[in-house]
Amino acid sequence: MKTVFKRTPTLKDCPTHYCPGCGHGIAHRLIAETIDELGIRGRTIGIAPVGCAVLAYDYLDVDMIEVAHGRAPAVATGMKRTNPDKIIFSYQGDGDLAAIGTAEIIHAAHRAEQLTVIFINNAVFGMTGGQMAPTTLLGQVTATTPKGRNAAGEGYPLQVSEILALLPGAIYVERCALSGAAGVRKTKKAIKHAFELQVEAAEGLSLVEVLSPCPTYWRMTPAKAMEWIEKEMVKVFPLGRLKG
Amino acid sequence: MIEKSDTCSETHKRILMCGNEALAEASIIAGLDAYFGYPITPQNEITAYMSRRMAEEGRVFIQSESELAAINMVFGASATGKRTMTSSSSPGISLMQEGMSYLAGAELPAVVVNVMRGGPGLGNIAPSQSDYFQATRGGGHGDYRTIVFGPSTVQELVDYMHLAFDLADVYRITVVILADGFLGQMMEPVLLEKKPHRELPAKDWALTGAKGREQNIVRSLWLPEGALEALNNKLKAKYELIEKNEVLCEQYEVEDAEIVVVAYGIAARIVRSAVSRAREEGIKAGWIRPITLWPFPTEQISRAAEEFKIFLTVEMSLGQMVEDVRLAVAGKAPVVFYGRPGGGTPTVDEILDKIKQLTIPEKR
Amino acid sequence: MTKNAFYEEVIIAGFGGQGIMLTGKLLAQTAMQAGREVTYMPSYGAEVRGGTANCMVVIADEPIACPVVGRPDSLIVLNKASLNKFCPRLKEGGLMIMNSSLIDIEPEPADEVEVIAVPADELAVELGNPKCTNMVALGAYLQRRGYLTVDAAAKALPDVLAKRYHKTLPVNTAALRRGAEFAQAKAGGV
Ligand SMILES: Cc1ncc(C[n+]2csc(CCOP(=O)(O)OP(=O)(O)O)c2C)c(N)n1
Ligand code: SF4
Ligand SMILES: [Mg+2]
Repeated sequence: MKTVFKRTPTLKDCPTHYCPGCGHGIAHRLIAETIDELGIRGRTIGIAPVGCAVLAYDYLDVDMIEVAHGRAPAVATGMKRTNPDKIIFSYQGDGDLAAIGTAEIIHAAHRAEQLTVIFINNAVFGMTGGQMAPTTLLGQVTATTPKGRNAAGEGYPLQVSEILALLPGAIYVERCALSGAAGVRKTKKAIKHAFELQVEAAEGLSLVEVLSPCPTYWRMTPAKAMEWIEKEMVKVFPLGRLKG
Repeated sequence: MIEKSDTCSETHKRILMCGNEALAEASIIAGLDAYFGYPITPQNEITAYMSRRMAEEGRVFIQSESELAAINMVFGASATGKRTMTSSSSPGISLMQEGMSYLAGAELPAVVVNVMRGGPGLGNIAPSQSDYFQATRGGGHGDYRTIVFGPSTVQELVDYMHLAFDLADVYRITVVILADGFLGQMMEPVLLEKKPHRELPAKDWALTGAKGREQNIVRSLWLPEGALEALNNKLKAKYELIEKNEVLCEQYEVEDAEIVVVAYGIAARIVRSAVSRAREEGIKAGWIRPITLWPFPTEQISRAAEEFKIFLTVEMSLGQMVEDVRLAVAGKAPVVFYGRPGGGTPTVDEILDKIKQLTIPEKR
Repeated sequence: MTKNAFYEEVIIAGFGGQGIMLTGKLLAQTAMQAGREVTYMPSYGAEVRGGTANCMVVIADEPIACPVVGRPDSLIVLNKASLNKFCPRLKEGGLMIMNSSLIDIEPEPADEVEVIAVPADELAVELGNPKCTNMVALGAYLQRRGYLTVDAAAKALPDVLAKRYHKTLPVNTAALRRGAEFAQAKAGGV
């Protein structure tokens, strides 16, 4: 009999604290598989964000650090510049990367840091109770947009990946989605490529934006949440390779 | 129950609210023009409440991209003479320290609410009192002070919110409300109406457009020789006035007490229960509760220390306010500390044990 | 604090989703409307994603000093984990309402404690809404304690229940009543 699913060693064998249908767990698995396939576990250092994935080090069996909210790209810079032989990746949510940490990610890309960034866009602040994120869609109801996000006053969904793609220091930017088996496969490929570039010492920052479900604060079933990504999110955050 | 009847008309106007929402509503009643904030536990109810209510009132609410931005939005709104505030919890308040230093330098009124949680670092989200040093010592760089309130009930959160806005305007200073996760989350009956407080000076310094008057400048840079020193001295005079006029403190059965327990905020309520029990058991105990943490009730504590008493300071930290108590007691009496850090809460029993240990000779 | 003044400390506990917080708020709201002093303290944060939830309610005639309940006079426990955690903290002479639908063990509290086992899940299902477990338990509590009526609680319910759930007011009220009846029968029968 063929083994359909085998846990990759870098993914710890334990239940996670994520809600049913959450995308974080899938993204963790893809990163773990990539690290094992590239055989870089022994020289990889991960950076956990402040967000629902703050405990990512409980699930990913590599050296990891927990940093202040939004500051991962600066911490990553400090690590990579002093340890050019290590593979440094940060894992950040849309609040972490696109709100409080906007300056850090822009400037890490601007300096062409050799880093790999996995950017989980779930259109809300999950950890603090489902408030508006910069990536929240227009009309989307959140804890701080009780009448739905309104462009007048709350702005438009922020397309950070498009902005980063403009910078010469960002060498690879791709947006994927965790909806459906094909979407997960594509995300895996993109994550792997983003790591490979760093392994090859390509000169610049690679970032994969992952559209990821948060059924809890979208107030949807997991299945509906996947559908919402495919029907609504991708309209504002078109999938595909933006750079490289 | 006779005493009760005259409060009865008030009693049914009371509504049950959590501290976070109550202080938000109180700010709106106090004439808040603009709220800026970034979500963080355990004060998310403030941000959520403001997003709804400020819109209903046609006033300004912005969920900023960070606390750094929030405090600078406050800086901007305040410079134009508006009533403005932000709120956060410990890690976010750390990020605001730069802005608070600039607010002090520019002498702008502002209200900052800190619903404290355990630290250092990301710490946890449990209630704590570990930001006392940061709040009462200025927190950011430079020689400055902020007025700090340590309320202990939801009603006090409401009342001191009103006073905070007034004092901010009167003294052109930042007022910090130092609450904690318990106060923010717990519900109590409150009366919300605005109580008149202070006569407010005109904001003739505000940036409103130099129409028919000389230009106004809001600044904190003073390069000419002696200029900054002059500003510092002006601030000093202001701080001395505040120390003279604005100290608030409550005390109970201190006169005949052998032991005086000093605590603020939620810890003071636990202390109250412990001291009542100590009295029931015949121990002469009393308490002092600083309400303003800066200016600190140094005089009141110093006076209590004239006759020999033992001072016990209880905090939800490793011991921060105890340093101010020691300064006030100035060696006249022993000062002992009991605290629980990291989100731990001292219990009535623990405090009572400590009181007994310190007062019953065979237990010492 | 005047000695012997009314002072009741309650802990309500269960797992997330059982309506623990609503139960505590309803008790607090009812007591406030009856002119009493009250504090309500929820556990918060990490508990949101499953796990246990609890809240502490203090009801008194005079302003309440400490809102943190160390040793409750009464305990309402809706699952086994909560029973194990809080039962040892119950005061002598205290009252425990436990949801026997989910607690299959015989608790071993001190002798002087009154234990009322209420099959709250089953009773809620009989009433047609399994989510009313909490109200059944609260009804039983109110009946045993007697300082607030079930009617007063029913009257306070719209003030604490979010508007979008107001269609459940009748069934929740019925659940409060059912819990009270059950407790009365049970206590009377022993
Ligand atoms: C300085 C600071 N401000 C605010 C917070 C509170 N906080 C924790 S996580 C978070 C946002 C999380 O959202 P996101 O990055 O989108 O991650 P998600 O939980 O959605 O995966 C916030 C505001 C904090 N920890 N530190
Ligand atoms: S709140 Fe959303 S992002 Fe956080 S664990 Fe739950 S589903 Fe995932
Ligand atoms: Mg997010």
